[in-house]
Amino acid sequence: MSVNFFSILITGIFIGGVAGYLGSLMITKKMGLVGGPLGHLALPGVALALVYHFNVFLGALLTIILGGILIWLLEIKTKAPMEALTGLVFATGVALGFLILPFSNEHQLEEALVGDITKISFSDMILVIILSTLIFLIIKKIYPKLLLAEICEDLAKAEGINVKKYNFIYLFSVAIIVAQTVRLVGGLLPVALIVIPALTAKNFSKSSFQYSFGSLVFGAISATLGIFLSQMTKYPAGLLIILSGFLFFLLSIIFKKN
Amino acid sequence: MKEKILKIKNLTVEIDREKLICNLSFEVEKGQVATILGPNGAGKTVLLKTLIGIFPHKGEIWWKPKIKIGYVPQRVPFVKDFPISIEEFFKLKTKDEKEIKEVLKLVGFDESFLKKNLGEISSGQYQRILVAWTLIGNPDVLLFDEPTTGIDISGEETIYQLLERLKKEKNLTILLVTHDLSVVFKFSDYVICLNKCPVCQGEPKEVISPETLSKLYGQEIKFYEHYHER
Repeated sequence: MSVNFFSILITGIFIGGVAGYLGSLMITKKMGLVGGPLGHLALPGVALALVYHFNVFLGALLTIILGGILIWLLEIKTKAPMEALTGLVFATGVALGFLILPFSNEHQLEEALVGDITKISFSDMILVIILSTLIFLIIKKIYPKLLLAEICEDLAKAEGINVKKYNFIYLFSVAIIVAQTVRLVGGLLPVALIVIPALTAKNFSKSSFQYSFGSLVFGAISATLGIFLSQMTKYPAGLLIILSGFLFFLLSIIFKKN
Repeated sequence: MKEKILKIKNLTVEIDREKLICNLSFEVEKGQVATILGPNGAGKTVLLKTLIGIFPHKGEIWWKPKIKIGYVPQRVPFVKDFPISIEEFFKLKTKDEKEIKEVLKLVGFDESFLKKNLGEISSGQYQRILVAWTLIGNPDVLLFDEPTTGIDISGEETIYQLLERLKKEKNLTILLVTHDLSVVFKFSDYVICLNKCPVCQGEPKEVISPETLSKLYGQEIKFYEHYHER
């Protein structure tokens, strides 16, 4: 095993684990419908980064945040439902992404769509570790407030919790993590890393502690298994991570409580 | 004269240029049970939310200084299968386990209930849990949005008997929203009939009459007749 493999593994575990952890908060319809498509907004950013040779993480973060701002502005302007506007912006983003995608360069195309973690450098790994840890700590600190707002927004407001502020911090964290996941799974599939571990953990959790940390653990082990399988088969790690996640999900149905 | 806890003067609430409450004035005394009666969409919930500062308003809202307000929201469409234990739900508000056990006891549950999942309890039990949750921190006033009269299967005390008992034991002032006329007569000292603008207010026996009700519920006088048939 090379040093490179070790840094790939660490990067995968950190991104997968924290993405899973954030996913455990995406429980209500509203959050799921806004947060999910937000991930797809990474695609045009990744395409831009590959064509103009800059960091895919920055590219993805740029378009996710621009998309987020656009959704927010459109909501103020049109008063249309947030979910519908997110759908609109996300579809436009994906369409633009495909226009920019480097179709002539097969390898770049594959990297944009499904990711290429083998390209990760030592400094990339350090950045991932720092950002993921930071986001994990921030979200862990505000988790009770976010959870209360998800369970009952009025109750949270009555407690003096600024729900909008905390939702913003949460969605911003999702944006940063999603931008990091593009290294792992490309611009098309980041949502999977956020959604699948939480779905799995939910099947046997009795408490929100089991659920949130279960999501983190499943995110991390799916990444680990996927990366090992990728080393063995030479298929892209991102796809195998997602398939590993799906495998754990299937197993969790079998062992589902009650 | 008893101590005033809440004074409202010329309260108007407007959201997105739509008037939801107009020109409402009333006062609540310590130890009183005041009900806000009105049809759906009359601004009852809006009023409670305005009182705890969720909605912006014009006019005056005066709370007695340093008063502690507990708010029990309308039983929300809860994400039923979200994994959270009752203990964790309480710990979102306080870390004090002794206090959690105390409030739980007050609403008639024992400790073993803490291990249950919030999604697996009945809606009546959920309402009690919400009341217990609100009692943490010893509020002076309870704002209660549409308690439902559903009787627990085990034939335990109804939510109104519970409130009556809490009021005595904890010296609470209660402000509750309802569209159930029987609640007003059985349970409250003061009623505010609201249909965006105030229709009547005062002691239930004095102010509630067929005339005020038909005014309150518009053309739906049948509602009143139906009520008497029961």
